[in-house]
Amino acid sequence: MTEYLTAYARSLGVVVSEDTPGCPPLLSLPFAHELEGRPGAWHGGAIAGLLETAGYAALRSALAELGRAPLLKPVNVTVQYLSAGRPRESHARGRIVRLGRRNANLSIEAWQDDPQRPIASAVMNVLMVERDGAD
Amino acid sequence: MQAYPDQFDPGTFAEWALTRAHPGWLGLQYRAHGDDWCELELPWRADLVGDEAMPVLASGPIVSLLDMAAGMAIWVSARAFRPVATLDLRVDYLRPSREHAPVCARVTCYRRTRTAAFVRGSAHDGDPADPVAQAAGVFMMLDPHRMVPA
Repeated sequence: MTEYLTAYARSLGVVVSEDTPGCPPLLSLPFAHELEGRPGAWHGGAIAGLLETAGYAALRSALAELGRAPLLKPVNVTVQYLSAGRPRESHARGRIVRLGRRNANLSIEAWQDDPQRPIASAVMNVLMVERDGAD
Repeated sequence: MQAYPDQFDPGTFAEWALTRAHPGWLGLQYRAHGDDWCELELPWRADLVGDEAMPVLASGPIVSLLDMAAGMAIWVSARAFRPVATLDLRVDYLRPSREHAPVCARVTCYRRTRTAAFVRGSAHDGDPADPVAQAAGVFMMLDPHRMVPA
């Protein structure tokens, strides 16, 4: 099975709650005091961490299906905060907008109760470097 | 209804705000501030690594660092604590930080209106002239009387 979670993501408490072939993995993060910003709301940085992790997971999953496992280097991320994250579990799933040989563009949404009502979204660009040094 | 003091001292504020919740978990440290900027540091820690190949800090904690430094830049600029919420934050990762290096972020609040605050800043691992990340964001100033209880 592809490892989707970095040391940081595991430490944050992110879990892979769904991983079916052909579909980007669904990640979940139960609320904890360590994720709080303003009292009673998620910290923007913790939400960004969940979104980025879901973006990488979507990319790793798609690359694994193509038999690729390059090193992933973040280029940039833009996070839009749509509503306050309430103190309960959040979920996120990424979508590959464009997968090239060296660059991937991803779009990610995070929600709590209803996937149709996201609390935050992000777009990311990721650079892919083949491990054999060919790139 | 809650009253907010009409002064903002980042050092005193940090003793409370950076020792609890998400900033406390990350171990963010207050470094310095000016009229409209604030500088915070994120110490290196093995469980905040984002790349299996290199012992460098993940991008996620650097976003949290920039977000928190931005909030504090808004409060030093406003000379008062007001609840804010991040609306939009963009981070460009210019290069990985050095192995086992802490990362420092200096964020400036360059424009405030009644409802919005605009920030920009960068993060470095020792030399401010050679940043690891560049950030720009917009925060909403929340009305404490209209905040929905959790």
